Amino acid sequence: MTALSKDELNAMPVEFKLNGKDVVGNAGETIIQTAKRYGVEIPHLCYKEGMRPDGNCRACVVEVKGERVLAASCCRNPAKGMEVTTNSERAVKSQKMVLELLLSDMPEKRHTLHSELDQWAGKLQVGKPRFEKRHQPQADLSHYGIAVNLDSCIQCTRCVRACREEQVNDVIGLAFRGEHAKIVFDIDDAMGDSTCVACGECVQACPTGALMPAREAGLVKPDKQVHSVCPFCGVGCQLTYNIKDNKIISVDGRDGPSNHNRLCVKGRYGFDYVHHKQRLTKPLIRKAGVPKHADFTMDPANPLEYFREATWEEALDLAAGKLKQIRDTKGKTALAGFGSAKGSNEEAYLFQKLVRTGFGSNNVDHCTRLCHASSVAALMEGVASGAVSNQVSDVGLAEVIFLIGANPISNHPVAATWIKNAVKKGAKFIYADPRRSELSRHATHYLQFKPDTDVALLNAMMHTIVHEGLVNEAFIASRTIGYEDLKKNVEGYSPEAMAPLCGIPAEKIKEVARLYATSKGSMILWGMGISQHVHGTDNARCLIALTLMTGQIGKPGSGLHPLRGQNNVQGASDSGLIPMVFPDYQRVDNPEAHARFEKLWGTTLDSKPGLTVVEIIHATLDGKIHGMYIMGENPAMSDPDAHHAREALAKLDMLLVQEIFLTETCYYADVILPATAWPEKDGTVTNTDRMVQMGRKALDAPGDAKPDLWIIQELARRLGCDWNYSGPKDVFNEMRKGMNSIAGITYERLERESSVTYPCEKEGDPGQPTVFIDKFPTPTGRAKFVPADIIPANERPDKEFPFVLITGRQLEHWHTGAMTRRASVLDAIEPEATVLIHPLDLDALGAKPGDVISVASRRGIVSLYARADDGTPRGAVFIPFCFYEAAANLLTNPALDPVGKIPEFKYCAVKVMKGGELTPVSSYGGGQALAAV
Amino acid sequence: MEQGKIKKERGGRRGKPKGRAVEPGALAQVQALLGSEPRRRDLLIEHLHKIQDKFGHISAAHIAALAREMKLAMTEVFEVASFYHHFDVVKEDGAPPPALTVRVCDSLSCELGGANELIAGLKRALGDGVRVIPAPCVGRCEQAPVAVVGQNPVATATVTSVKALADAGKSTCAVSKYIGYAAYRKKGGYHLAAECLAGKHDAEALIKTMEHSGLRGLGGAGFPTGRKWRIVRGEKGPRVMAVNIDEGEPGTFKDRYYLERDPHRFLEGMLIAAWTAQISEVYIYLRDEYAGVRAILEKELKALQKNPPCPLPPIFLRRGAGAYICGEESAMIESIEGKRGMPRLRPPYVAQVGLFGYPTLEHNMETLFWVREILEKGADWFASHGRNGRKGLRSFSVSGRVVKPGVHLAPAGITVKELIAEYCGGMLTGHAFYAYLPGGASGGILPASMGDIPLDFDTLNQYGCFIGSAAVIILSDKDKASAAARNIMKFFAEESCGQCTPCRVGTAKALNLMEKPSWNQGLLEALSGAMADASICGLGQAAPNPIRCVMKYFPKEVL
Repeated sequence: MTALSKDELNAMPVEFKLNGKDVVGNAGETIIQTAKRYGVEIPHLCYKEGMRPDGNCRACVVEVKGERVLAASCCRNPAKGMEVTTNSERAVKSQKMVLELLLSDMPEKRHTLHSELDQWAGKLQVGKPRFEKRHQPQADLSHYGIAVNLDSCIQCTRCVRACREEQVNDVIGLAFRGEHAKIVFDIDDAMGDSTCVACGECVQACPTGALMPAREAGLVKPDKQVHSVCPFCGVGCQLTYNIKDNKIISVDGRDGPSNHNRLCVKGRYGFDYVHHKQRLTKPLIRKAGVPKHADFTMDPANPLEYFREATWEEALDLAAGKLKQIRDTKGKTALAGFGSAKGSNEEAYLFQKLVRTGFGSNNVDHCTRLCHASSVAALMEGVASGAVSNQVSDVGLAEVIFLIGANPISNHPVAATWIKNAVKKGAKFIYADPRRSELSRHATHYLQFKPDTDVALLNAMMHTIVHEGLVNEAFIASRTIGYEDLKKNVEGYSPEAMAPLCGIPAEKIKEVARLYATSKGSMILWGMGISQHVHGTDNARCLIALTLMTGQIGKPGSGLHPLRGQNNVQGASDSGLIPMVFPDYQRVDNPEAHARFEKLWGTTLDSKPGLTVVEIIHATLDGKIHGMYIMGENPAMSDPDAHHAREALAKLDMLLVQEIFLTETCYYADVILPATAWPEKDGTVTNTDRMVQMGRKALDAPGDAKPDLWIIQELARRLGCDWNYSGPKDVFNEMRKGMNSIAGITYERLERESSVTYPCEKEGDPGQPTVFIDKFPTPTGRAKFVPADIIPANERPDKEFPFVLITGRQLEHWHTGAMTRRASVLDAIEPEATVLIHPLDLDALGAKPGDVISVASRRGIVSLYARADDGTPRGAVFIPFCFYEAAANLLTNPALDPVGKIPEFKYCAVKVMKGGELTPVSSYGGGQALAAV
Repeated sequence: MEQGKIKKERGGRRGKPKGRAVEPGALAQVQALLGSEPRRRDLLIEHLHKIQDKFGHISAAHIAALAREMKLAMTEVFEVASFYHHFDVVKEDGAPPPALTVRVCDSLSCELGGANELIAGLKRALGDGVRVIPAPCVGRCEQAPVAVVGQNPVATATVTSVKALADAGKSTCAVSKYIGYAAYRKKGGYHLAAECLAGKHDAEALIKTMEHSGLRGLGGAGFPTGRKWRIVRGEKGPRVMAVNIDEGEPGTFKDRYYLERDPHRFLEGMLIAAWTAQISEVYIYLRDEYAGVRAILEKELKALQKNPPCPLPPIFLRRGAGAYICGEESAMIESIEGKRGMPRLRPPYVAQVGLFGYPTLEHNMETLFWVREILEKGADWFASHGRNGRKGLRSFSVSGRVVKPGVHLAPAGITVKELIAEYCGGMLTGHAFYAYLPGGASGGILPASMGDIPLDFDTLNQYGCFIGSAAVIILSDKDKASAAARNIMKFFAEESCGQCTPCRVGTAKALNLMEKPSWNQGLLEALSGAMADASICGLGQAAPNPIRCVMKYFPKEVL
């Protein structure tokens, strides 16, 4: 038998008596909640709003007339006519005794400034406890980010519920029993040795300081708090910076619509990169004679070895002058710009405007090209909108969740929590990914299909849906075009034929296809396992076709969600950091759009789409591009076949880099402009859910570092643009004029509400979490089926290179590591480059876990530590691309998806060898940041 | 310790993902042990038993492997394994226990019988090759002191008798002669159940008979049986039944007594109750200490299912793992669901939301044991018994300083003095009646001077006591009520599930105060009040009974 819901919520308001007064409890409310509304305070410790009440501490007990014993007011729903007393002598005696019992076991020195136990003991005037103290447990300081002091633990299990029911990381347990009942990690392991992912939800939940940020950060009283949004992934978690003396001392989760107080390890503990001593604080000009070639490296600790400091005037004049000269002598297309998905919308917008109006071409792109360009291409083609149809939180409304080619517990950790919550509540969860992660434990059906066989798997699912009559005929007829072509195409892809190809039994393919097709609401979410292939667009086309043929789109809990990578990759794309389109995906070769922006910007514009990221690199090597402006991107690390990219960067006549650290890309820079980090400026960012959110300045920038908007504007002026924006608000207001999607969002509203979802076309619109409800934004209003056939990966394993290399991210590190490897806690947790490999494959090499192995492709070789992981498929290795000392992208294949122009980061052929020579870490990484704290 | 500085073996972390990796060898062992059995969460305790039985302990590697196999987190397995006494979790740096464990009961009756001396003697005599540990009540109080060699209980154990068995490796529980399936049926057994299933009885009439008989729940709570059937039958289906044979209340052994003699009488009662309340699945929860009973029930259920007298509902026998608290109905339900035995807050009551969230008919074994006889002989037959104005029969488990300890079926309402004189052969030679515990560890302690109170539900409440499972422990002038109270409080502290503050912290602090020669009575009374009023379940609520009784009736002992 399966479990039933235990919710017994009263559907009607309840009249009852509280301390002699008539009160009305709202539907489903517990006594403590009603009491709070009526201004009656009841002490409580294990109860925390938003969490499942557990009723274990018994501090909130109240007297209910006619009952033998007291009742926990946090768990009890009032009944009609019930007479509840919270302040009777009997109730208060027990409340105070509970507090006294707990207080008697507290250590002399508290670990927090905000002990809820102390606060309640003070309010109820509980004196010095009369009981002898228990035998106190040892502190566990084994974790880099979190201190465990169980001498302050009251076994209230708020941390357990935070870990298990909210984040569902399932690390913390309540073990043993009686007075030995103990909060444990895994099987009573040291926290630092456990599976803990350091989301810090337990710290946020703990009422007594038993779980606190490490190194007593919680004992520092902040002098201000600033509400902002996390600078890492696309989930867009809202957070609060706690600041003292212009330093972030800690970060708290805030109740934003995408995170509801939750954060992950990066958001909570990855903030101190901004204070790293290697921050760039002065404009830098490359010294004469410093060589420029692909293999040239620098020590980011000593920029003055290669650069000299300059004034802003000098640096800006030099850079702008040279770019101008190239433009004027070699032509407008001899320049290009890479904007950043890490900056604000306003920065992205101004950047592309600068390239389009100042440089004069559409050669502007950014890392969206490397993450979801293929998804966006397929979406634009199929449904004429590059953004998600439904927000992540819709997984809570879905009956079936289909997640494919994504590892959200590492890459979108808070989004993953909503999936896990939904599964706990009963949603069916189909998870398909060649790499088995911890998330697969929660899957109803886990499909560890072979890398590169997405189209085979998805076409086989569609074949089943067609053959078993599970298609939604009405939806197909009224909302789509091209179904017959698709139907014909999938005919050749029976599950039986595809099963050996993708390594999933035909019956299982059919089962998940049925599940997906027949549910009341199915959500598809995907990541770069889908997009980063030469058939990335085809993969996404298949997913779109799946939704269209079953009508699983256009309603809450039913739709498409490519999980966006960067905190502002959605916004940067929306803002026009794409060579083919102006802001809001208006094609540069569309005369109407062209006219619109020529008018808005008061200048003539190029109507020819520009080059994409990898194309710009190629064009540079071909001698067609001579000058580049790179703002906050690191192509020397992030581009495929990085050596090739580095060669291109080294070849430029003028490489202007706007950065906060001396990144690998800066090695080839002629001028470096010191910019601001995210907490040092105001601006908006747009998350994966289409939520435009407000980032607020919390810190002053170090040294002479300047806001990015100011820098772009100063360059623009020097390139002949007459700009005069006083700040992000001015820019945002201009954006609204060119972008219908956000036209209704005022900057004031964002300042007030912190988050508004688009489309929001008219002021006052609430914003639309779900789109395509009645029609698709195509000219016909119909979505289009685009059939896809199997295209194999560009480089398949062979005798010489028998393994598949998969690249991606790691929970603790962001992209190329420039920020996170300088964040003390993150760097300490994952200090060095590792490669995941199946233990049996490792064994076959004659190597042991932790040994150095080397991975080589036709393009390069890296040596790093082997991490045995039986979730990695046999015959494949996984390398995160954040480690400069073993840069995964030295190996990757720059082959592009023909439509999305995205490189095949998820598949290339490599060989794996035991041994090799490690490249030593330079002046950051390797745990150095924490050592310096 | 400096923050983050435990990573001596960085290579370990470097070479594996966070936490403990699953060892292929351990995984293969666990897969072999589980075979084709379902990996459902509610079978976690059953699966842990398989590992413990096979290897004599549960290693960290086995926990990681079992977690993988059951799609659970490691901590979900560990928190359950660490909750129950009978699982020995051994981490990488720990040593497995010796192959043989001797558990010596040190609960009150056995302590009176010399358990502490026995433990010390056995530790000396058996050496390092055998683990000798104290254990909470093993349900053989009439045979005090009791040691259990492996799973083999030794009555009136001595160092010599235990050593002989340990040396000989005799560690399984012998089963005495009992009424088996064929014999039971031969004498008309299952006739009534078959008639019910064949529709020859009216459920409403059966419920009425049960109501009129006055039979109340004999696990201790005393809820009227007929009314319980009516309530559960009135709930929306599906409904399930959970039978409580976690007889752990110190001094209680009646369930074992009946099951070792006439198991089918209970099973037939169970089937009739299940039919009446329209139950679709039955779970029997048997305490792990009753290995002999387990053997009997396994065998007899098989016999019953092989040749059923009538259509049977699915019946599952579940094995406890050493936890007194699982005798509490909602804790037992949690345990059947494969979790830590932590009582649930009520409401909702288990009759509405119980096992797996379904309306649940929860019964003590003995309650069901009487069903057949009451229905066959009529409500009046049962009600015709009784004394001192009370009605019905009670199975008293008597232990302590009497000549004939054991289960004595006596009229409800009998006084303890009558019970000692008429059923127990009087006090042991050289012992004078001093005090008695009318209801096991939880029911309080009364002086001999109050030995004329009728023993039944409701009659003792005014004295701060209750009869509970009718476990009567007799103390003599050689004993101290305060020492008995201490023994009991230690038991409660060790058996508290640890969930709520008044019980988890309260029992420990109370014990600490009770270990002083002179009790801080004011503080103990204040603490007792909060424990009784604010604890989640009966354990914490009743735990102060012995404290309060000693302060009230034996004040001179603790001045």
